[in-house]
Amino acid sequence: MTGLSHNAQWVLVSTLMLGSAAGLVGCIAYWKRQSLMGDALAHAALPGVVGGFALLGFKSLPVMLAGAAASALLGALAVAAIRSHTRIKEDTAMGIILSVFFGLGIMLLTIVNRMPGGGQSGLDKFIFGQAAAMVRQDMLVMTAAAVVVLLVVLISFKEWKLYLFDPAFARGLGLSGRLMDAIWMTLLVAVIVIGIQAVGVILMAALLIIPAVSARYWTHAFSRMLALSALFGGGAGAAGTWISTLGDGWPTGPFIVIAAAGMFLVSLLFGLRKGLLVTAMLRRRQVRRLRAETVRSETLAEGEALP
Amino acid sequence: MDATRQVGVADKERLDAGREPALRVTGLAAAYRRNRVLEDVTFEILPGTLTAIVGPNGAGKSTLLKTLLDLHPRLSGEVRFFGTTYRNAKRRVGYVPQRGSVDWDFPTDALDVVMMGLYGQIGWLRRPGRRHRELAMAALEKMGMGAYAKRQISELSGGQQQRVFLARALVQDADLYLLDEPLAGVDAATEQAIMELLKTLRSNGKTVMVVHHDLQTVQDCFDHVLLLNRSVIAHGPTAEVFTAEHIGRTYGGLLRGWEKVTG
Repeated sequence: MTGLSHNAQWVLVSTLMLGSAAGLVGCIAYWKRQSLMGDALAHAALPGVVGGFALLGFKSLPVMLAGAAASALLGALAVAAIRSHTRIKEDTAMGIILSVFFGLGIMLLTIVNRMPGGGQSGLDKFIFGQAAAMVRQDMLVMTAAAVVVLLVVLISFKEWKLYLFDPAFARGLGLSGRLMDAIWMTLLVAVIVIGIQAVGVILMAALLIIPAVSARYWTHAFSRMLALSALFGGGAGAAGTWISTLGDGWPTGPFIVIAAAGMFLVSLLFGLRKGLLVTAMLRRRQVRRLRAETVRSETLAEGEALP
Repeated sequence: MDATRQVGVADKERLDAGREPALRVTGLAAAYRRNRVLEDVTFEILPGTLTAIVGPNGAGKSTLLKTLLDLHPRLSGEVRFFGTTYRNAKRRVGYVPQRGSVDWDFPTDALDVVMMGLYGQIGWLRRPGRRHRELAMAALEKMGMGAYAKRQISELSGGQQQRVFLARALVQDADLYLLDEPLAGVDAATEQAIMELLKTLRSNGKTVMVVHHDLQTVQDCFDHVLLLNRSVIAHGPTAEVFTAEHIGRTYGGLLRGWEKVTG
């Protein structure tokens, strides 16, 4: 990594860890069929970030991140409440929460930016992400949180598999669905909170969704899918961050998303299990075999007819 | 005097201990939003019996199983498995949900699914060992699925998926099995394999309850029948209970021609 400053190397490590954690949590979301939850909660974090700033009147990352976590959790509770108390479906509920919370966040942002000192708050960095703006301490927090997420998923891998495949059976064995849901929600919010600084609330969802769907093209085992998803997420995080350091003041989020999208494209085309190329090749082989068999049976039939 | 009566009751209970019901349900009620699906459901299942739960669509058969297992909220009533609550008897109860209740696209193989039946034994957060893998393999072989152990579950046929589910229940080594339509959409060979298994379980002293749709096979395969339509219409040994009159009442006169079949 020649040409990268010491700080940039640290940024790279922390977005790598963030990407891995997001890949794992996203893989769980994928099999919960709740990929969009990450998108909704990331957007829902914005009013909390701005609120945290407005509360103190100056920039304090712990307070802003605590605000982000609180408003994301509030969003999650709102989605759950809408789903269980009305006839509205979950995806619709997530759509409502996403837009309402994000709108509220932007409104607060406009107000705060007019406050004295608000203009220099750098709050708008939270929308598209600016990894270069992070200081050493932010990166340590980010890396530590990502490691915790990795460990939790690693230790309870067997339980996730059971719960995601057959939640009713899991409950029969005494594995509480409510507990697993709560853990997942905590992990998701944790990843979002540590991720919005680097990736931004709008594009955070990409880091939660794309690595998991990319991994799906390569494997038939849940364990390997988790590992690959973490790898792709980490790769996208690091690659996007590296690209963003090439220019001055380039946002990180968009480049991370572009890197992830590139991985998805490669997986879609060349994935060993479900990739388009492999699928087409297997099909062609079948067709050729079928043709060979028909030809053989035809020549056999002719041979029999001769004598 | 009161004391001697107490003793008498206790003695009788001790005598009956060998025939303590595997499941006793009293006054059970359950609902979905506004619809009361189950009302005053009361019955007792004796150990070592093979019972078919029969009733029309919407009669609450699946809901009954789910409510018994606390998977669906109970409005009222009492459920006792082997004289205690489900929570305490969990290990002794095996449940086979409907095949369509899970996502068969999930990336895992047949052996792995069967192994899930052992997770209670293995313990949370622990890794399964070789012994567990062997147990799971043996259960798959018992279901005639040994050759498919490493096959992706998405690549199995409906009947094979059902066999995997049964192998998973088998490996739990429960005393009471609750099966939700295990014969729905399976071919004749699988149906036969499943019925054989159920009979083997019974002869090993296990108790089995099956939500069943095919009225034709009830008499041949099950020694007890529970006719259900919101509440219990009739329940008892098949020969006594599975009559045209009872069936007619269960299906609300929707079924014609059953007089002939059941004689």
